[in-house]
Amino acid sequence: MSVPQDPSPAFSQYAHPDRLVSTGWVAEHLHTPGLVVVESDEDVLLYETGHIPGAVKVDWVLDLNDQVTRDYIDGEAFAALMSAKGISRDDTVVVYGDKSNWWAAYALWVFTLFGHPDVRLMDGGRAKWIAEGRELTTEVTERAAADYPVVERSDGAIRAYQSEVLATLGQHPLIDVRSTPEYTGERTHMPEYPQEGVLRGGHIPSARSVPWSRAAAEDGTFRPRAELESIYLGEAGLKPDDDVIAYCRIGERSSHTWFVLTYLLGLPRVRNYDGSWTEWGNSVRVPVVQGDQPGEVAGARPAVAAGS
Amino acid sequence: MTDHATGPDQRMPAGLQEIIDDFDAVAPAERLQLLLEFSAGLPDLPARYADHPELLEPVPECQSPIFLIAEVEGAGPEPVARLFFSAPPEAPTTRGFAGILHEGLDGLPVADLLATPDDLAERLPLASVVSPLRLRGLSAMLARVKRQVRQQSAA
Repeated sequence: MSVPQDPSPAFSQYAHPDRLVSTGWVAEHLHTPGLVVVESDEDVLLYETGHIPGAVKVDWVLDLNDQVTRDYIDGEAFAALMSAKGISRDDTVVVYGDKSNWWAAYALWVFTLFGHPDVRLMDGGRAKWIAEGRELTTEVTERAAADYPVVERSDGAIRAYQSEVLATLGQHPLIDVRSTPEYTGERTHMPEYPQEGVLRGGHIPSARSVPWSRAAAEDGTFRPRAELESIYLGEAGLKPDDDVIAYCRIGERSSHTWFVLTYLLGLPRVRNYDGSWTEWGNSVRVPVVQGDQPGEVAGARPAVAAGS
Repeated sequence: MTDHATGPDQRMPAGLQEIIDDFDAVAPAERLQLLLEFSAGLPDLPARYADHPELLEPVPECQSPIFLIAEVEGAGPEPVARLFFSAPPEAPTTRGFAGILHEGLDGLPVADLLATPDDLAERLPLASVVSPLRLRGLSAMLARVKRQVRQQSAA
């Protein structure tokens, strides 16, 4: 059974308030049957330094990525992971993490690839929980193994592949959520140091730059809807019914933006291009634009969908 | 394993080898706890650097902010290297890597430090619990330490 949603008035402004819970709500519901709290961080050791009592750890590299192919785990591996963590298909999962929930949003996006019915973010993440002086424990949570069905991963709705991005260039708005120097293609080469990751700097033609962190307030919570609208619908020029693709370096920061556009602003179709710059910037003969302007798409055809 | 990563003149310092052996001796599940101990054991910066963090070099290959500086002490036949690292408690993995390098390399003769194999990260049995991606940060830190020490001893 799904756990009731957080009735906080602060969330009612968003398109899908049921996707957010507050730290206070989590503290009150910690021992509610049917609720599992998941910590997902950039730093793989952070959970061990202290975590929300009862929370289990899911690591994006070791648990959610396939260790051979550059892809996410398949349905069987996800079922095995959920089972080992004691998560059932009908459990309400609340994810939280470090860095304004950037990795937590990534985990939530992967849970969504498998259609886990009820998965929410704890607004403000780990930092807010700690700032409020709430309880932490170093005790590793032991949960009884659960039965989790093998569900095929369904990428189409929320994941974009490079081939799709390339084939539809100029037809869908692209949001580049990396930092400004990554967007413009500036590089900081230092002698003797290998430049890790990509061979070319810049961005995908027509992509607008909206660094992901602009959606987060100082305390790591999401900004109010009006401010988000002014950033994404105002400055970035998205329309409420746009079919949008977001990307970053490997798809983690853009998961945060995917969450904002999908659940807070309610855009009908938002996809995360997880290949992102580490794929595009290494690909042969794909167009790249440098500098602070989105740039033109050569031979772009007019948009097919209403909107852009 | 990449054989070519270790040059003919490279030799693992005894302290680092002990650390590798310690990690090898514990079960994979306990390796994170051991790394956490190195993280907790990283000494604070001395005041001369704590007050001037701009003197330290950043390591952008790490996912979390880490800064380091090396000093070479003594101009005699066997100068020694001193290492200083700064990483926040919110980045325990990165701190753990710094703790390993500090414990294994601080105070070593320059020649011994420079002989440290570049594939140290691959010799630590951490890939399965930390991920090869995150281990790149350790390699980047080691490369910077060696570079700073090499430059200062050439001066």
